[in-house]
Amino acid sequence: MEQEGKKRIWSEYQKEIADDHYFYVRSCIRQTFFPGSETTFLRILRDELSRDVYEDARHTTCTGIGYHSDIVPFETIMTIAARHFALMTEAGYVNFVPSCVTSFGIYTEILDTWKHFPEMEAKARDFLWTATRREFQTPENLSHTSDVIYKFRNQLASSSKHQLVNKRDGKPLKVVEHIGCHYAKMFPKCGVGGAEFPAVLSGMIAAWGGEVIDYPERRHCCGFGFRQYLIKANRGYSLSNSKKKFESMQPYQPDFIVANCPGCTMFLDRWQYTIAEMEGITYNESGKGIPVLTYEEMAGLVIGYDPWVMGLQMHQISVEPLLDKIGIVYNKKDKYLGSKRQYIGVPLQPLFLLQ
Amino acid sequence: MNKTIVIVGGGAAGLEAAAALGSSPHHVLILEKENKTGGKLKNWHHLFPNFADASEILKSLEKTLPLNNSEVKYNSDVFKIEQMDGNLIVLLKKGEKIKADAVLLATGFDLFDAYKKEEYGHGVYKNVVTSAELEEMFAKKTFPEQLKDGTPKKFAMVHCVGSRDKKAGNMHCSKLCCITGVKQAIELHKYLPNSSVYNFYMDLRMYGQHFEEIYQEAQEDYGVKFIRGRVSEIAEISDGRLQVKAEDTLSGRPMKMIFDMVVLMIGMTPAASTASIAQSLGLPKTNAGFLAPLHQHLFANETCIPGLFIAGTCREPLSVQESITDARAAALKIIEWLKLKENN
Repeated sequence: MEQEGKKRIWSEYQKEIADDHYFYVRSCIRQTFFPGSETTFLRILRDELSRDVYEDARHTTCTGIGYHSDIVPFETIMTIAARHFALMTEAGYVNFVPSCVTSFGIYTEILDTWKHFPEMEAKARDFLWTATRREFQTPENLSHTSDVIYKFRNQLASSSKHQLVNKRDGKPLKVVEHIGCHYAKMFPKCGVGGAEFPAVLSGMIAAWGGEVIDYPERRHCCGFGFRQYLIKANRGYSLSNSKKKFESMQPYQPDFIVANCPGCTMFLDRWQYTIAEMEGITYNESGKGIPVLTYEEMAGLVIGYDPWVMGLQMHQISVEPLLDKIGIVYNKKDKYLGSKRQYIGVPLQPLFLLQ
Repeated sequence: MNKTIVIVGGGAAGLEAAAALGSSPHHVLILEKENKTGGKLKNWHHLFPNFADASEILKSLEKTLPLNNSEVKYNSDVFKIEQMDGNLIVLLKKGEKIKADAVLLATGFDLFDAYKKEEYGHGVYKNVVTSAELEEMFAKKTFPEQLKDGTPKKFAMVHCVGSRDKKAGNMHCSKLCCITGVKQAIELHKYLPNSSVYNFYMDLRMYGQHFEEIYQEAQEDYGVKFIRGRVSEIAEISDGRLQVKAEDTLSGRPMKMIFDMVVLMIGMTPAASTASIAQSLGLPKTNAGFLAPLHQHLFANETCIPGLFIAGTCREPLSVQESITDARAAALKIIEWLKLKENN
């Protein structure tokens, strides 16, 4: 692997990422899958980096899942996006930061459509005015939340408590980075590093001491694919895509996987359990599976946040082996405490992915 | 007589044009931007379809350069040409100005920069090479060590890299890559007799004399396989070999194969160095960005600028043989033009 070649490609895809004053829009599924990730993002931005982040409770789903399932028409999703831009405008912000890769793809697609077809923007403005009497400015900057963490990766590294290094042997942890398809595959110019060799997560990993694994199926979809998963009869497609990736990354013995998309993080984590239950196969030597993190969780661990406060107990694959490798001290009992330190119960033990 | 003819570019077309102008009484000056003549030809090993030694062809072209009335100026990079009182003033980057009665642009082409097809990983995966790099390996005998361990090797030739590709910004067909792929597949077999070579293609355009024959020969005598389908992506596996994903459009199935080396058949693109010259004169270009002739059929070597002629691959993708023929035609037109100019 020639790093110079990658750097040449990355140099073509350096996007502008706003430095401060973010209008933050949450994901509808991330809050269910990894409830601590978005809170961790806000904590990092506000407490570690002293940045201004604004949220509006009136923000709704972008309806991206419905759009990609052919349930929500383009005119509808365009109007919903217009409403979110109106909320941003009303709050006096110009930097729009969605937490979800699907939403990021939706906003990118809509803004690009409006750029090339101004009549579509006029249509969206008309629909929004008719329905809500709202007006809006388009964002001056659209960045995904992983872009923002990428932007501050070196600053975070300078104040980090831990590194992505195996404490036992001092070697960099081997990390699989998985980029959501809708981050840059549709609009490569809108992603840090482009679509083929994205740098958004690998940049974080390198800055924090880890080693990125470039395995053959790195670019392959995780299998979420909306209709593949939403239609129950199609779920085999979803599972087989993830399986293909696990088999491809297995020879490299990764210490963990990190992803920047809700669906990818969810399925790369949960499908390991499904495959283990169905076939008795796990993809690491210990038989405990490969831990899967969001980039906010990875950043939080490096900074020194409590893994259970970040919600890492919500992952299917136990993260304790990873925490031990990094040298993070944690209280085993706190794993099953909720946000108000109430006991939330211990889940049933799986047959194969032993904790 | 004794006019000055400036030829910009000392590649195959430039050298042949100078040779053809040798019988005229005019002074012929070749401006070569590098420190030796030959252009792209000097980097090539063998030429299709008869595996002629490229260095021998180049030697022959250089030998025929007339000594009495021609001169080569090396390291002479032309960036601008101006019209003045019926003459052309050629401006070099190093500041020199040369007055010419006629100028022949034989500035050649650039090879498509394969890194633009990011999905193929050229410059990232060390066993992904271009057809030009493979040719250099043949010429200099610098094959990677892992290919020489005696075990059977597998090669993939990916056709139309940067040609007929809207995404890459090139709609034109470079027309020579198909036959180059066939030639290089045979050469790989000759070099490593146990190897298997697979060509991934959209369609094969065997337009020239003897092209179809060596295409058949590649299949029948060397077992070269041809798969109709474009490669979607290339990735490196842990031992440095390459995983290639493609669709076999004849069987309608996706496929995934492992290769020791992938060769990208890169096409011809308009030379960047020609662009500033064209801009200085307001020369029109073809849709593909090559220099446009005055008339595609009748005046293929003339331009809209009096006294300015074009030959070789600066005007369209051409083989060495076609470039040589084209250069002779241009030389004839230049002599005609100078006669006309004198009579007027």
